[in-house]
Amino acid sequence: MPTKAPISSVNDFVVRFANVNGSGSASANELFARAVLRMGIPVAPRNIFPSNIQGLPTWYEVRISEAGHLGARGGTDLMVAMNPQTWDKDVASIEPGGYLLYDSTKPLPPSRFRDDIHVIGVPLTAICNREYTDPRQRQLFKNIIYVGALSALLDMDVSALEKLISEQFKGKEKLFDANKHALQLGRDWALLNLECPIGLRLKPTDKVGDRIFIEGNNAIALGAVYGGATVCAWYPITPSSSVAEAFTSHCRRLRVDPETKRNKFAIVQAEDELASIGMVIGASWNGARAFTATSGPGISLMQEFLGLAYFAEIPAVVIDVQRAGPSTGMPTRTQQCDILSCAYASHGDTKHVLLMPEDPAEAFEFGAQAFDLADRLQTPVFVMTDLDIGMNQRLCRPLKWDDSRKYDRGKVMTAADLDAGKEFGRYLDVDGDGIPYRTYPGTHPSKGAFFTRGTSRDRYARYTEEGAPYADNMQRLLRKLETAKNLVPRPVRKNADKSTKYGVIYYGSTSPAMNEAIHMIEAKGRPLDMLRVRAFPFHQDVPDFIADHDYVFVVEQNRDAQLRSLIVNECGIDPVRLIPILHYDGTPITARFIAREIADDLEALKVTPLRKVVS
Amino acid sequence: MTYIAKPKFHHPSLPKNALGYTHRDYEGKISTLCAGCGHDSITASVIEACFELAIEPHRVAKISGIGCSSKTPDYFLNASHGFNSVHGRMPSVLTGANLANRDLIYLGVSGDGDTASIGFGQFAHAMRRGVNMVYIVENNGVYGLTKGQFSATADRGSKSKRGVINADNSIDVVAMALQLGATFVARSFSGDKEQLVPLIRAAIEHQGAALIDVISPCVAFNNHAGSTKSFDYVREHNEAVNRLDFITSRAPITVAYEAGSVEVVEQHDGSKLVLKKVSADYDAHDRIGAMTFLQQHAAKGQIVTGLLYVDSEPEDLHTHFNTVATPLNAMSEKELSPGSAALDKINASLR
Repeated sequence: MPTKAPISSVNDFVVRFANVNGSGSASANELFARAVLRMGIPVAPRNIFPSNIQGLPTWYEVRISEAGHLGARGGTDLMVAMNPQTWDKDVASIEPGGYLLYDSTKPLPPSRFRDDIHVIGVPLTAICNREYTDPRQRQLFKNIIYVGALSALLDMDVSALEKLISEQFKGKEKLFDANKHALQLGRDWALLNLECPIGLRLKPTDKVGDRIFIEGNNAIALGAVYGGATVCAWYPITPSSSVAEAFTSHCRRLRVDPETKRNKFAIVQAEDELASIGMVIGASWNGARAFTATSGPGISLMQEFLGLAYFAEIPAVVIDVQRAGPSTGMPTRTQQCDILSCAYASHGDTKHVLLMPEDPAEAFEFGAQAFDLADRLQTPVFVMTDLDIGMNQRLCRPLKWDDSRKYDRGKVMTAADLDAGKEFGRYLDVDGDGIPYRTYPGTHPSKGAFFTRGTSRDRYARYTEEGAPYADNMQRLLRKLETAKNLVPRPVRKNADKSTKYGVIYYGSTSPAMNEAIHMIEAKGRPLDMLRVRAFPFHQDVPDFIADHDYVFVVEQNRDAQLRSLIVNECGIDPVRLIPILHYDGTPITARFIAREIADDLEALKVTPLRKVVS
Repeated sequence: MTYIAKPKFHHPSLPKNALGYTHRDYEGKISTLCAGCGHDSITASVIEACFELAIEPHRVAKISGIGCSSKTPDYFLNASHGFNSVHGRMPSVLTGANLANRDLIYLGVSGDGDTASIGFGQFAHAMRRGVNMVYIVENNGVYGLTKGQFSATADRGSKSKRGVINADNSIDVVAMALQLGATFVARSFSGDKEQLVPLIRAAIEHQGAALIDVISPCVAFNNHAGSTKSFDYVREHNEAVNRLDFITSRAPITVAYEAGSVEVVEQHDGSKLVLKKVSADYDAHDRIGAMTFLQQHAAKGQIVTGLLYVDSEPEDLHTHFNTVATPLNAMSEKELSPGSAALDKINASLR
């Protein structure tokens, strides 16, 4: 008898599947998550996968939360342990009183278990061997069988599962029957041999509403389609490859001319990231909307071109799905570690526009808006997502498009403008906002042509190596950045119910964990005002928010407190007032982590009152 | 790159082409390259070819990398947009530009360092993709702007101005282009305008990836004894396979064919290449033969010039991508946004 009472919870727990990659578990696990969603219960699944195709450990974590918490929670209430390689670690990670579901075909000594958890053995291999002769089927259906067993153990609505299977195998009756049969095998075995349900249960509710379930990479690709991108140049790199792949499949459905059957898009899988960004710059220079999708190492490779685009003032959209570190391994883990390398990318004095969406719905919006901003500001615009948003299905509000929306192509002089006698100087600040006019190549037989270079030119794009025109141009670029501050998405501020001296700044994929943590912190009697930063350069709201508080926590998923450094640097803030809360082990940040760290720090601040610093 | 604008003075009796433009309309700024630089001769040939073809100057996009050669687009076609991009990366910028607007003529200008050293990868991939462009390599085997270092096209055993012998094997961009599937491959010599002008004209009309490698001696750093890219060396070792005349589909045919040594190649658009064969056994439609011929002559120390290979039915990147006839840069939200109804359907499929 376990020493700890079994965890009892309805619609609020974490199931973790430990599998071997390449074993077909992914689709079975997703089936489980979707079925929970169909029962009206919010879920947040997360893939934790290796840089590998077959044979290495992979996990799929499903957080079930009727309250709608979509961030990673930490800890596991029910472990489906299907990978002997990670058994010990998996068993150790179960919460006391939690459950372990395992394949009991081969007996295991008691020393491989824990006495404070509840062990549920299902002879999966034995069932498969009895039922199937084909080794491939034995492997694949094992996954469906454990989903069937789970449906009994968690008191799930089995019709939701069957309906999903029928949708998946529409028109393929044989496959539908086989999967349904496997599901039934697991369910029947559990109902007959196990005590069902266990303490963890799923009860239909209506907390999902009209929300959709989508990966960030897919959403951002749709944003690019709706935003009018016609040229995509990319090089495969995890975790961004599925952006270009999704863009390709959406274009094939949505961007083929119905009459001629010809494509209103061009997608190049380039030879490397240098060529990718070069093509984007060439296409944008020539008036098309173009983008690339990459991750940190790709950003490193694009540095020289990014400088050229900044100085030559060429629009470019770069989607950076951030990940941890170089090479392979950790790169299939999530981080927010490219903030500084993108904000200040390249040689010379550069500053770039960054957009930081919190979820797929915002990734869609920013994905489309990035093209308007790049055209308006004539500069590279980075959309900073990460693996956590990009490669996990996330529950979010439906994607929306206003059919009356017009693309903002920025300041482009046409042949008619030139004929009307408008003065054209490529780098002339006509409107005082730092943004000059441009012409597309081929516009006019005798007016408006210019020679594009990095620097070394005057306001009329004439070659010069003199210092004064260079400095003049650099000052104008700063004016343009000032203009950008009011064009990019504004930060979102949410004040606590009670007035407080403390605030917290966060961004991107930290959002769901932060939204959950705020309640945990408030429950301890510590109200916090919140500011979600959504873009760089920073809107005046950012320094204003800091000025409103004695201390502000800056929560991020990197080691070096990169956003904090950027705020200190760009807003001239005394660093003492910005307290970093940093999570960077490659797993998504959790509400528990944030709440604990902030509570500890608040305690320390209370014990040792620091002099109020005015900056 | 020059500080001095060329005077716009037009002599009334200057000859005009079919569009009424004179030579002057195809010129650029005054060159700041060294007096006697081979590159300036290439610039003159580009101007001549564009004039003869009666191209609208503003319908050309001239794109280059970095280096002496890459400065030259400033010296021709003043009415064209130009782009002096990043060292070795002209091909990617040109590829992107071409995808954005298939209606312009793309003239890529590069050097041997820009193409065969730092930019070798991009050169290769642009060729294998079949980007519709004229890619001119102004090849002097040496880095001029950084003062005389060898580039990757410098021949093994050749001597630098400082007396260093190059021990590395050289890259032949013509051989590479043939291997990589370029559909128009030629070599010429900057000092041989009669050969070069028709080659540029033919390359412009060619609707695919056209490479012209132009040996262009560097008067400052690579025109001494021991160099294999000097004026004297190239003149002595030049083995021309053919002489080219070029007749556009628009122009009246005035060239007298020389019986026995002439071959007319009709291009896809109806324009005609008239090959005057110097070497009677040379077949410009045989890619493998061209590669063999090139290697055999290279082994003898000869630099083969002329039109080495042409595919008269080329395919380009837009053909492969099946892109619409309208330039992609001319499309608005009307053509590009699938609309809210389509998005609602997508939302429904994600529940």
